[in-house]
Amino acid sequence: MEFDFAAEQPKLLMLMYGLVAFVLVVGGLLLLLDVVPAWFARRREAQLVAASASGAPLPRRPRQREGIFALFFLLPTLLLLTIGLVVPAIRTLLLSLMNGDSTEWVGLRNYGFLFSDDAMLRVLTNTLIWVLLVPLVATGFGLIYAVLVDKARFEAVAKSLIFLPMAISFVGASIIWKFVYAYRGEGDQIGLLNQIVVSLGGEPKQWLLESPLNTLLLIVIMVWIQAGFAMVVLSAAIKAIPGDIVEAARLDGVSPWQMFWQITMPSIRPALIVVMVTLTIATLKVFDIVRTSTNGNYDTSVIANEMYNQAFRYGQSGQGSALAVFLFILVIPVVIYQIRNLRQQREG
Amino acid sequence: MTTATPTVAAGTQKTDGTPTTTAGRVRKRLNSRTATLVSIVIAVVWTIPTFGLLVSSLRPEDEIKTTGWWTAFTNPQFTFENYEQVLFGRSASSGQLAGSFINSLAITIPSVLFPLAFASLAAYALAWIKFRGRDWLYIAIFALQIVPLQMALVPLLKFFSTGVTLGGVTLMPAWDLVDEQKFAQVWFAHTCFALPFAVFLLHNFISQLPGDLMEAARVDGATHPKIFRTIVLPLITPALAAFGIFQFLWVWNDLLVALIFAGGGDETAPLTVRLAEMAGTRGNEWQRLTAGAFVSIVVPLIVFLSLQRFFVRGLLAGSVKG
Repeated sequence: MEFDFAAEQPKLLMLMYGLVAFVLVVGGLLLLLDVVPAWFARRREAQLVAASASGAPLPRRPRQREGIFALFFLLPTLLLLTIGLVVPAIRTLLLSLMNGDSTEWVGLRNYGFLFSDDAMLRVLTNTLIWVLLVPLVATGFGLIYAVLVDKARFEAVAKSLIFLPMAISFVGASIIWKFVYAYRGEGDQIGLLNQIVVSLGGEPKQWLLESPLNTLLLIVIMVWIQAGFAMVVLSAAIKAIPGDIVEAARLDGVSPWQMFWQITMPSIRPALIVVMVTLTIATLKVFDIVRTSTNGNYDTSVIANEMYNQAFRYGQSGQGSALAVFLFILVIPVVIYQIRNLRQQREG
Repeated sequence: MTTATPTVAAGTQKTDGTPTTTAGRVRKRLNSRTATLVSIVIAVVWTIPTFGLLVSSLRPEDEIKTTGWWTAFTNPQFTFENYEQVLFGRSASSGQLAGSFINSLAITIPSVLFPLAFASLAAYALAWIKFRGRDWLYIAIFALQIVPLQMALVPLLKFFSTGVTLGGVTLMPAWDLVDEQKFAQVWFAHTCFALPFAVFLLHNFISQLPGDLMEAARVDGATHPKIFRTIVLPLITPALAAFGIFQFLWVWNDLLVALIFAGGGDETAPLTVRLAEMAGTRGNEWQRLTAGAFVSIVVPLIVFLSLQRFFVRGLLAGSVKG
């Protein structure tokens, strides 16, 4: 075991450059914003002094130009958003109408490919399964857990344990679960799932190779990660229900079941929608889990994974772009739904 | 909530006195002691996969590959060999994650700082400087949250590798970055992708600062930069922390952006890229995968556990990341 520290030095140097650039850019901007107005103020003062000394009429005070300030405050953000997001998104839209190496216009052929190719249809079906299951299961579980644990004695610890997977990368989580699903042909099983199956008298299986079960097993990983998010947001919403409503219901002798459906559910509806929408969008874009667990093989691929493969492995930037655009189109109705809900809430 | 009250009253009449059997059963089930027990059991089940990984990473290679990690309790054999191998091992197959760990750090730190600074400046301008078209600009930035980053990947990579030419005029030459210089691409990409959400989140906080305070400062002759530095920044520290943690976890745990803009080379690949690669090519080398996964998990876990309060606050303030 040796560690070649010299090999790491260029990286640390690069990190240093990055930090120096940060200080220069941000510090420079703030300094500029400080110095320039001060300079103008001084010049105006000098003008005033000169004017009053010569007895000429005082120059009129110029209108405050706040817009200039705003421009400088916004400059880095607008520049980066334009270069890094707006222009590339438009170019992706155009690329999706071109062939693999972007030399010819092909119209909507790439989109036709999405809906005719057998492997692609499999990808779309898988994505649909993901999008239907993950938000529903994760939110349902998060909600039940939030209700269960509300005001329980170990609430903080229990919630932390459920929430913990949020900190784990999708890659890390995939490895954790691949280990749970691990299979050995002979001898003791090392994967927890197969061990449970064996001890119940079943035959061990290569879980991740069996379609369509493997997609469901990958979905378990996503639910495991995201349930904590749903739980935390919903738990906060439950705690925000005014105490007197709950108290009044309790005095009326409402059962916990009714309390849940008639008090809790209507009160946390907005939070519920936010969680569902957030999870739906996150699920649509899921990439890391599929790539790490199966690399999209054995019929598990989803849109984001296929987009990466097409654009960056097979060099089919046309088909890859079409997949990206399709992803974007799928996100739009979800977001519109969310906005409409927010508006209703504000009016209601 | 007003609509809920009548239904409740109606429901009460039905079950007044003797509760129906269903309600009775539910009440029993939701009895607080049982609920506590169930929630603890679920929490334990939720933690078992991670726990199994941690235990396995500390077991000798032969043991991991032949027996389940649960046997470690009846037959305890523990070692740090896996961690030594996976972090510092000389052979290419061992992972050499120590270098990737540094790559992860080098990618993450600037990718958190840049959007934090730019977004707080922008959010201040959008909240407190009056100019024409302000609301439209805010809506536009807000709307950009829904553009999936997949929409930007191909052209952005092209932007770095070939530069920008418009009508035969080179507006920007190719970046032509090699080895560790590629970090700059990753910083750039992460910063761009983070900005819409960052502006949205920080704007939520900054626009809620008391207007009187700003007015008083303006009357005293403070300029916008001065107000920003001396009044706004100290007041929004919790929001900055919330976004900082959010972005830190996002960048540290990201695979897609790193894969495309950093590549898989030793000089730049962060932990996630290296681990995903190991999971693909050495899927049965559990002694390395378990230890490697834990190496990648430990930093976000520490950050997360120590700053959970800020993180939750940030989540609740802006859980609409697109």
